[in-house]
Amino acid sequence: MLGFRLPNESKAARAQCGVVPQLDNLDVTLTVAQNLLVFTHLYRIGRAERAEAIERALRMANLVERRDTRVDKLSGGMRRRLLIARALVHRPRLVLLDEPTVGLDPQVRQELWALIDALRSEGTTILMSTHYIEEAQRLADTVLIMSHGQAVATGPPAELVLKHAGHEVLEVYGTPARLAEVESEAGAAGMRTRRTGTSISILGVDGNGYPIEGERRPANLEDVFVLLTGEEIG
Amino acid sequence: MAAVPAPRPRLGRLERPALTGVLVREVVNFSSYWRSSTFSSTVEPTIYLLAFGFGFGSLVSRVGGFRYVEFVGTGTVATAVLFSSAFPAMFGTFVKYQFQRTYDAILAAPVDTEELVTAEALWIATRAGVYGCVPMLVAMAFGLDPSWGMLVVPLIAWIAGFGWACFGITIAGFASSFENFNYVVSAVLTPLFLVAGTFFPISALPRWAQILAEINPLHHCVELVRHAVFGFHGWTDVARVGALLAFGVLLWRLAIYAMERKLID
Repeated sequence: MLGFRLPNESKAARAQCGVVPQLDNLDVTLTVAQNLLVFTHLYRIGRAERAEAIERALRMANLVERRDTRVDKLSGGMRRRLLIARALVHRPRLVLLDEPTVGLDPQVRQELWALIDALRSEGTTILMSTHYIEEAQRLADTVLIMSHGQAVATGPPAELVLKHAGHEVLEVYGTPARLAEVESEAGAAGMRTRRTGTSISILGVDGNGYPIEGERRPANLEDVFVLLTGEEIG
Repeated sequence: MAAVPAPRPRLGRLERPALTGVLVREVVNFSSYWRSSTFSSTVEPTIYLLAFGFGFGSLVSRVGGFRYVEFVGTGTVATAVLFSSAFPAMFGTFVKYQFQRTYDAILAAPVDTEELVTAEALWIATRAGVYGCVPMLVAMAFGLDPSWGMLVVPLIAWIAGFGWACFGITIAGFASSFENFNYVVSAVLTPLFLVAGTFFPISALPRWAQILAEINPLHHCVELVRHAVFGFHGWTDVARVGALLAFGVLLWRLAIYAMERKLID
């Protein structure tokens, strides 16, 4: 990891990583700035750079105005941003994000996406786990799809989509009986399908006139994910 | 953000920056709750002193050659040490591990379990060293005469507090739930608390209890504090210091073992 041998050099590796856990473990009776201060010490930032490191983390997480607010007075989104800021005080080379947007409103999720993207554009390596497939498609340079602990596919999101689901998907709505019919017809025609809850998606119907009425939409990573990991969660 | 060309300092065991990091967290946190913890550690020994001092004090004027307020005032130093070390260590460690997940955050930084446990114990010991003196100060207000020996009381309280802090961390490391602490408090801490010579001299107890008291770190602490205030007893006290140090070192390693088992999977 980062050129360090594990587990012997794990401490040196940890010094250059930032970890954002899924469960919030901030010190809730402390202020935003105090939480960051503690981590500048834990990550061994020299006395001279501490104040600057805290400022930078506050700016990145857009929490400058909240520096003196106690954590238990922050909203869920602010807490999550602080959790990320806390992992960045020491300018890590690698940031580990464990489902950073789970349980957040769409607006807050977009804020975090912007933050993560800013970090990426600054050249920090980010390893992020998520089960929001849209998030992986938007943010990731490389995606690795896991199923039951096994890696089943890896590559840039666009390549994976093209390879497994083609350009376009035909989504057919109807009664359950009708959906089953469409599914078997498509299967007989050698097309890949996936269920989309209320509809059936026929993958890879690129351009050619598939003889069934439905809504066309661009293929996405979720199609690939469901296709590769199975329709039902075992 | 340019990749910082990292200087690679030797990252060994028990490093000062790691200990400092954990201590800073405790100190900053302390700034948010020092009022309540100072209140309880001041009021509690005062109540003991008033209750026992005036309650028993009206029945017995002298115990073991001391005025009763002197006897209890010095004895409850050990009680204050126990209450401000073993209990916060047990509950605090469990809360930080289980509920606040603080330790996950700290161990993601370049800090090892050994350093985490050591720093936590050092911090609790320091608090115990300070709060341990409170009963003595209260007793002075009730007529305990000042003496030079009192100046080493914080050190005695610190050494005992370190051992009890490690004891508490060990228990928290082995405990699988909060309820487990009941067994320890009832079966271990309460008996040790009572056969320590705090409120009555152990010479009043049956022989087996006196032997038990000699392996009770709390008893050594009680005796050392009393001797510091009223005059040391030479080699006996050196042996007691040795016993407290041994207790501290043993429980320190045990606490690290227990927490490594718990935190690293």
